[in-house]
Amino acid sequence: MSTGNAFLVLSAFLASGVEFVEALTIVLAAGLARGWRSSLTGLGVATLVLAVVVVALGPALTVIPLQGLRLVVGALLLVFGLQWLRKAILRASGYKELHDEDAIFARELAEAQGAAHRERAGVDWYGFTLSFKGVLLEGLEVVFIVLTFGSAQGSIPLAAAGAAAALVLVAGVGVAVRAPLARVPENSMKFAVGVMLTTFGIFWSVEGAGADWPGSDAALLGVLGFVALSSFAFVRLLRRERLEAVPA
Amino acid sequence: MKWLAAFGRFWWDFVIGDDWLVAVLVAVAIGATAALAAAGVAAWWLLPLAVLLVLWLSLRRAIRSA
Repeated sequence: MSTGNAFLVLSAFLASGVEFVEALTIVLAAGLARGWRSSLTGLGVATLVLAVVVVALGPALTVIPLQGLRLVVGALLLVFGLQWLRKAILRASGYKELHDEDAIFARELAEAQGAAHRERAGVDWYGFTLSFKGVLLEGLEVVFIVLTFGSAQGSIPLAAAGAAAALVLVAGVGVAVRAPLARVPENSMKFAVGVMLTTFGIFWSVEGAGADWPGSDAALLGVLGFVALSSFAFVRLLRRERLEAVPA
Repeated sequence: MKWLAAFGRFWWDFVIGDDWLVAVLVAVAIGATAALAAAGVAAWWLLPLAVLLVLWLSLRRAIRSA
């Protein structure tokens, strides 16, 4: 497997894994508070909508010329990845609260338990909507990542395989423990995903703009190292700055 | 119409997020890379450096507005 393809599978796996963990938290909260029927119906309908999006957009992306596709996808991924990376650096340096799956689960559960009961077609509407929206929004991020990564690297099936592996793992563990996966190192994973999205964004944008990388695909490793080291340096700088600003 | 505005807002939040300056500066940097490449100059180094600068600026903006 080439360097690019290995990164493709790993990036799709990590990015999708993070989103699946967040979707699982919402489905669990809806299921426990409002009943499993409404929660699982929401999950099922959202999955169908996502499948339609993939079927509609997937083949369309494969007919766009590769250089133009890499320019658009690279630019989108770069802007999208910098959002992730900025939040991850702010969390790691203490300027933003860490993502806490247990706290999110408790909040979702309390809100779901407090909402009024309204039934439509034998399904609790609040539970259905909570689960549907959660899965759809997190799922759209997965679809976006799989389609953009896969099409720009020339293999949507490889990106989909990475995402499917993450889905099997998260769903399997979720069914087994029936609790939010708070022990998943989500903040570290988000940091890694931010670095990878930014790396791919830089790599494909440069190729799409008509410039050549020295070393071709192998340059991905160099870009990855550059982005990762710069990000760690920013974390150290900001952390030191924050500690110096706190009065002794 | 309301649905269309909500749809547009969703994609704006999804891709651009809370710092539009990042998208603008990234677009400028990619344009400069394309211009250099078209002139036959090796331009691969420009975008990584620009991203470094954009990320630092965006972090400072986020901290200032917190």
